Amino acid sequence: MLAIKNIECVRGERRLFSDLSFEAASHTLLEVRGPNGSGKTSLLRNLCGLLPPAAGIIEWRGNNIHMFADEYRSELAFLGHLSGVKDELTASENLRMSSVAAGLGASPDQIHAALVHFGLRDFRDSLCKALSQGQRRRVALARLCLSAARSLWILDEPFTALDAAALVVIKDLLESHLETGGTVVLTTHQEVAIAARVTRRVDLGQ
Amino acid sequence: MNSPRLMDALWTVGTRDLLAALRHRADLLTTLVFFAIVASLFPLGVGSDTALLRLMGPGVVWVAALLASMLALTRLFASDYGDGTLEQLALSPHPLTLLVLAKTGAHWLASGLPLVIIAPLLGLQFDLNADAQLVLLASLLLGTPTLSLIGAVGAALTLGVRGGGALLSLLVLPLYVPVLIFGAGAVEASAAGLDAGAHLSLLGALLLVALVFAPWATAVSVRIAVE
Repeated sequence: MLAIKNIECVRGERRLFSDLSFEAASHTLLEVRGPNGSGKTSLLRNLCGLLPPAAGIIEWRGNNIHMFADEYRSELAFLGHLSGVKDELTASENLRMSSVAAGLGASPDQIHAALVHFGLRDFRDSLCKALSQGQRRRVALARLCLSAARSLWILDEPFTALDAAALVVIKDLLESHLETGGTVVLTTHQEVAIAARVTRRVDLGQ
Repeated sequence: MNSPRLMDALWTVGTRDLLAALRHRADLLTTLVFFAIVASLFPLGVGSDTALLRLMGPGVVWVAALLASMLALTRLFASDYGDGTLEQLALSPHPLTLLVLAKTGAHWLASGLPLVIIAPLLGLQFDLNADAQLVLLASLLLGTPTLSLIGAVGAALTLGVRGGGALLSLLVLPLYVPVLIFGAGAVEASAAGLDAGAHLSLLGALLLVALVFAPWATAVSVRIAVE
């Protein structure tokens, strides 16, 4: 259970939002909506602990995420605007190394399966600088296949640069994660219908 | 988090950087060539007075090594910061202090160790004797990791700052002074026929202190950078 209590976010001189409170239990999809510049990305960075909120508390399973940071991070999978994909490495090297660095188990079979799942079978040994924007995004998203054990997924614009086939794959992945008791927090400008037992929306910038 | 996983992660973070560095060989060569050129400019500029060259050799090689290792510093975190790898590291359940230590170690292997290896070649230009050459090698071997560790703090602090390169040198160069004094001092002592042991011990002590404090300070700076 993720609980946000009266948080406030200030970037530079501007107060993006204040007194924001909501909760997301397991099986819950939380969609963060709002126009550009309304603080969606900042909110997600607050939630994953990269950016401490100016005021208020964020709790995961009743514990402040900044006090129990290591425990929190071992249950968290985050995908930001930047994919974390390195140009000099191949798709499979990227996936294996970023997963191991994130503390995920990554056997060669799992890596292979994840890349095939995202339609990258023929590109697994290509350097990522030779891949298109969408393909690099797929390499980053493939890490979610290895993150099934992480309860909380926080995804910033996961659907950008993806084609229809990849959208179906990521939609299925999110639905099965939600079905098995996970929590997903995401921002998007696209209307992608994801089936979840509980869907909640947070609207910023009103 | 159990420790085999942690060792695995540290090894992976280190090898990832080495692999990326090997596939960007031009960058590695830049550092080496810069080192060789700077150290070679002095004999060209000062003339071929052997006694003078012998006197300034240790200092010149050390200053050139210091500048070359600083030149390489901007690459330590910049690409990871730009492509989002750094924020993923900051969100890893493994201690960030150890992860940045692994990165710094890989950075030293790719940019510091080659400097150490070609240094005796440059020492020849200054007519350093065999003993002084050995001490030069030992002092660089002990000193350049300290430079990388201290430099990592500066590199992390200047992430995302416009004109970070210039700021980085202003931050880091003053902190390099003790390493330079004891490093060049060791070679000078040996060239003068004295025992360099004390200087080398002090270099070793500096390395240990840097090993304890620098990764921690680097990790704090990285957390600030990815906010």
